[in-house]
Amino acid sequence: MTESFLTTLLPQLASGAAHTHALGFAYEGLEGDRVRMRVPYRDDLVGDPETGVLAGGLVTTLLDHAGGLAVWVALDAFRPIATLDLRVDYMRAAQPGRDLLAEARCYRLTRNLAFVRAWAFEDDPADPVAAAQSAYMVSAEGDSRTGANLKPRRAKDAA
Amino acid sequence: MTAALLDTLPYARFLGLQTQVNGDEITVTMPFDDRLIGNPLLPALHGGSTAALLEMTAMAQVALTYPGLRLPRPINVTVAYLRSGKPVDVYARARINRAGRRVAYVIAEAWQENHAQPIASLTAHFLLDEATSG
Repeated sequence: MTESFLTTLLPQLASGAAHTHALGFAYEGLEGDRVRMRVPYRDDLVGDPETGVLAGGLVTTLLDHAGGLAVWVALDAFRPIATLDLRVDYMRAAQPGRDLLAEARCYRLTRNLAFVRAWAFEDDPADPVAAAQSAYMVSAEGDSRTGANLKPRRAKDAA
Repeated sequence: MTAALLDTLPYARFLGLQTQVNGDEITVTMPFDDRLIGNPLLPALHGGSTAALLEMTAMAQVALTYPGLRLPRPINVTVAYLRSGKPVDVYARARINRAGRRVAYVIAEAWQENHAQPIASLTAHFLLDEATSG
């Protein structure tokens, strides 16, 4: 792994864009090949006001974001990626008032695809609130247009 | 717990979700806002915000169809991302494909300018509970 990518660019990618800023996502670093994010508990991120449990949609966003970072860790570089699909199992309610952590690991990387698992928990990854299995499209270097990976462009298409 | 359901949920308010009820069908709008952006270069909405919209829409549709139940709790959700979310409003609608005594299976779709070109679709299971008294 390139030290400079992991130490300089990855934390910037982890801080994300407007949406993840608004949600308060914080980069927690790497644990081996797993990347770790935190979302501090906030009242406006609650899904069920009767219980104070964080919203399922927030957990999904956290796992999606952490999963994308895991792809870049596996690539050891930045390339545009897009979530293809994402499945989340909600094992139990998150504990009200507690920050939520997420860890993600890219366990298979091909030319076009990255396969990721991610899980969310308060203290112990072995006692997850939710777990995700997801696939990301990875842009081919140099050309991110639809089908650019499939075959050379025909002469008449090249303008 | 019908049209106003999402107005009572903090995260739905955070996303700015607006609910319209037409007969027995709900349409939820997520008006564009800068803080929904996940990729500033394209720009594109964060997939997580679209997923949350779909999940909340499914939840609201179950709550409308089965009043008197506790807030439906998601067991699992699967989201397929079909197109990049443009920086404009997003709409979502859900259909309950099956509801048993304890579990509802729901399909939802999100679109922007063109309903025939959805940007994401969701399938989800929800756990149904009797409303707790009080």
